[in-house]
Parts: sequence; C-alpha cells; structure tokens
Amino acid sequence: MSARGGLLVAAWSDPKARTGAVLLAVLVVAAVAGPLALAHPASGFADVVARRFAGPLSRTPDGVWHVLGTDRFGRDVLARLLLGARISLAVGVLAALVSTAVGVGAGALAGYAGGATDRAIVAVTDAALAIPRVPFLLLLVALVEPGAAVTVLALGVTGWMTVARLVRSEVRSLAVREFVQAARALGVPPLRVLLAHVLPNALTPALVAAALGVGSAIMLEAGLSFLGLGVQPPLSSWGSMIASGRDALMIAPWVSLAPAAAVALVVLAFSWIADAMESAIAGGRGA
Amino acid sequence: MRTALPRRLLLAALTVLLVVTATFAALHLVPGEPVRLFLGPAADPATVAATRHALGLDRPLPVQYVEWLTRFATGRWGTSIAQQRPVSAVLGDALGPTLLLVGASLLLTYLGGTLVGAWQAARRSSRADAAVTAATAVLYALPSYVVALGLVAVFAYGAALWRWPPILRFPAFGATGLGADLLPPGSRLADRLRHLALPVATLAIVGVAGTARFVRGAVVGALRQPYVRAARAKGLRESRVLLRHALRNSLGPVLALFGLQLPALFSGVVFVESIFAWPGLGRVTVQAVLARDYPVVMASTAVFAVLVVAGNLLADALAALADPRRGRPA
Repeated sequence: MSARGGLLVAAWSDPKARTGAVLLAVLVVAAVAGPLALAHPASGFADVVARRFAGPLSRTPDGVWHVLGTDRFGRDVLARLLLGARISLAVGVLAALVSTAVGVGAGALAGYAGGATDRAIVAVTDAALAIPRVPFLLLLVALVEPGAAVTVLALGVTGWMTVARLVRSEVRSLAVREFVQAARALGVPPLRVLLAHVLPNALTPALVAAALGVGSAIMLEAGLSFLGLGVQPPLSSWGSMIASGRDALMIAPWVSLAPAAAVALVVLAFSWIADAMESAIAGGRGA
Repeated sequence: MRTALPRRLLLAALTVLLVVTATFAALHLVPGEPVRLFLGPAADPATVAATRHALGLDRPLPVQYVEWLTRFATGRWGTSIAQQRPVSAVLGDALGPTLLLVGASLLLTYLGGTLVGAWQAARRSSRADAAVTAATAVLYALPSYVVALGLVAVFAYGAALWRWPPILRFPAFGATGLGADLLPPGSRLADRLRHLALPVATLAIVGVAGTARFVRGAVVGALRQPYVRAARAKGLRESRVLLRHALRNSLGPVLALFGLQLPALFSGVVFVESIFAWPGLGRVTVQAVLARDYPVVMASTAVFAVLVVAGNLLADALAALADPRRGRPA
C-alpha cells in the first residue's frame, strides 16, 4: 500500500505529471459541471443561420458569448466539447479498467501457475500483441450494432496484453520471495496467497500501463467515432465532433480543432503521468 | 528477444492461427445475429435462413471452423457480398496501394527518426534538444487522423485558398488524379507521387516523432558505455564516435522497435486511407464494415495480421544482420 502511495508522491514531484494531473482534474470538473453551468443550450435549432459558424470569442446575434465559437447548427462548441468529454473520458476509463482487469487476471494466472498454463498464456499474449488493433476493432464493431458499450468492450479485450506481461513478470519474481514462501508454509490456500500476498505487490507497474491505456483508449475511441463506428448519435464524443467539422475545415476550423486538441491534451496528460510513475519506479529500483 | 528462428516461425504461425480463430469466434460468439444486421430488421425468416445457408452458417460449428481454416489457408475467401466479386480479388487490388503507403512511410520514419534522434543525442540536454523532445512528445500524442486533417487543411484547401505555388498544393483524395492513365509516363509518376505525399507525410510525422524519442534514448544510453569512452580515448572525432560507435550499436534496439510499432502503423493506415480515400486495405475494411460485408472484413483482418507477422520476421532478420551476435544460441 505505502509503496504505491510513495509512487504517486514521487510522480507528483515531476512538474509534467503535475501539469497532466491538474489538466485532467480541471477537465473532469468541467465535464461534470460545465454543461450544467453553461446558460445556453448545447443543441438548439432556433435561428440556425444567424448563429452558425460564429468564431471563437465572439457573440451571436442573440447576445450569447461563445468562447470556442459555434458549429454548423449554431451549437456552442465549448458546451459540446464538455458534453463529449463525458463520453470520451467515460469510455476511455471504462475500457482501460476492462483491459487492466483482463491483463491482471491473465498475468497473475500465468505468473503464479507457471508450467503449461504460463506457456500458453505467454504465447497467446505475444500473438495478440502482433495483431493490429484497429482492424480487429473494426471486425468487432462490424458484428454488432456500434455503440458506447460495444466500444468499451472492444477496446477492453484488445488492450490487455501489456498489463498481462508486466503483472506476469512481477508475480513470478514475487512468488519466490520469503514472505510468499512463509505464507505458503503456514498453509494459506494458494488462491489466497495470490490475492492477498502476491497481487497487491505486483500491481505497481500495471498502474503505469493502465495510465497509458486510458490515453490510447480515448484516442482509439475518438478514431472509431471519427469513422462513424464508435459512439452513435445522439451521443457525441470528441471523435464524432472532429468528423462533424471535417467539411467546414476552411471556414470554421475551430469545430474540428477544439476536440482534436482535447484528445491530444488528454493523451499527453496521461503519458506525462505514466512517464513520471515509470521513472519513479525505475529510480526506486535503481537506487 | 534473442530467440532462435524456429521459435519465431512457430510464434508467427500461432499468431496467424489465433487471428483466424478470433475472427471466426467473433463472428459466431457475438450475441445477436450478424446476418440480421446485414439484411435489416424487415427481412423475413426465409431470407434469413437462405442467407445463413449461402454463407454456410447453418452447419455445425466445428465443421465451419475447419472449413474456415482450410479456406483461409488455400486463399478461397469467398465472395464479397457488397461487390459481388471474390474477396481475394478485392483484397488483392487493395494490397499494392497499402504496401506502397506503408513502405514509403516506414522508410521516411526510420530515416527521419534516426536523424532527429541522433542529432538530439549529439546535443543532449541543450535547449534545442529539449525543444525537439517537447515537439516530438506532442506530435506523438496527436492521433493520425488529426495530423491528416491538419495537412489537408493546409496543403490542399489552404494552399488553394492562399494561392500558394502549384508545387506546394497536394491532392487530398485518391491514389491518382482524373485521367492519370492518359498522361505520359513521367507525368503519371509525378501524379502518383503527389497523391502519395499527404498520406505518407501523415504516417511519417507520427512515426518520426515516436522513433526519434526512442533513438535519442538508445544513443544517449550507448554514449555512456565503456566502448564509447575507449573510442574517445583513442582520439576519434566526436562525430565518428557518435555515428560509428554509439548509433551503430543502437540499431539493434531500434530494429526491435520496428516490430513493436508495426501493429500501430497498420492501425494508423486504416484512418489515413479512409481520410485520403486511398484505395488500400484499410479503406476497403472500413467500407466493408459499413456495408456489413462480413467475408471481406474477416479476410482483411486476417491479412492485416499476416502483414504484421511478416514484418516482424523481416525485422528479426534485419536485427540479426545489424548485430551478428543475435540469432546465435546464447
């Protein structure tokens, strides 16, 4: 427990990780509270012609300020961005949770069981790592109606391999340590040894992979939604927002640029946090 | 990583088998009935049954599985529902453009990435190094479809709007211009290259950013090694130390990276081909998904995996060439 607390403290001392964490915290608060606080409706069809494609930091004839401008239907881009953030963040985090759970399960089983089970899981993990993720995701969404839940599951089952590898090697090295041997010698059942003694100590590197996993899940969700194969209307995520501004790229670039920048910033924030955690782990080991 | 060739081949075969099995399992284990999605909710039961029979979906699962494996191995991938021609012909037409796109961007990625990374390592911890590191971090975080849209906005729409000279304007759609077949060979080649420019640039920008970060780390690490101190002690020029000793010894890990990056590259290809209407495997796959053309989707997923596996084997072979110690039993 304290080891992981220490990891977060060490990561916090890295300025980039701090920036990333603050950025994500602000985004989460804004995504939850923003759509409630913004006075104007995120979607509204009154007098579309007068309100559409207003530039950033401009006021539409109805007297409403638009910090990030409006889209082709006169909808406020910032309000839609924050609504989209709810979907994008939720899908990304849930997908990373699914893939981390699968990865921890597979890695723990392989590392602790050893033998043929281990070899089989390692072979499947290696093989799965060589499969390009997007074509396989396309196959999965082709077989069912696309939607948010399908996207979470598809991203979850295609992103577990890194976590599995890290957890496996941690579990293997922990399994021969004295405190685990002691627990075994005391007659603690194997499953309990794994869950109570080995696994809690094996999760630190998986945290790094999970943080990176959220970033890549958000990026891929946006990509699928960009292709029209992810979250479906009336819900909109950042990916579908980028796609919706595609044909107005020259007259109203902010419609696509705002969600694109949002995706990039969130991915950067997660990679900064993951980098800091990784060097904190490396520093703790190297010293 | 230092595994013998037979084991690598076995893993490659296993990967392909896993993908082919996974595509099969996905088609059959996913809840709901894909045939109904394809035919629409209004289809009567007789049509559903007939389509299931035509696709062979009414036979026992193990029979279908063995049949799917043999058909995949022998290249008989069925008929595209949407295009009414053999899947092998549909994918065969798309393979060339994809290989061209991937090959060109890999070449640029590794040339550019090695140059930028080595340049950074030579002036490590300087302000220029820090600036380039920050820039590559941002570029690497950008999704490829965002880079693609940015390039289209500037070099296709913007260049026309701002009246840039024609040499700086690039086409944003397709692999050839209208009537390209009627052009003389020289202009035809120029036309193809101009169409290739933006899609390749998209993949190469993201690729160079990722590779440069890795090369910088590998070379900086190598510069701390004793053989570098020895090389300096013999009085070699710093450029020679960097290129012949540090960079040369970093090539092994960089080639190992190639195998790890390949799946991501093929994922990027899907987006880039869709945006630029590039007639390759990625675009064919997306269109097949939208048309619920299952034979094409299943076969193309497997072909993507085969390409990655082949690329991995190639990377292993190159790594063995770059480092003669590899491949020998340890």
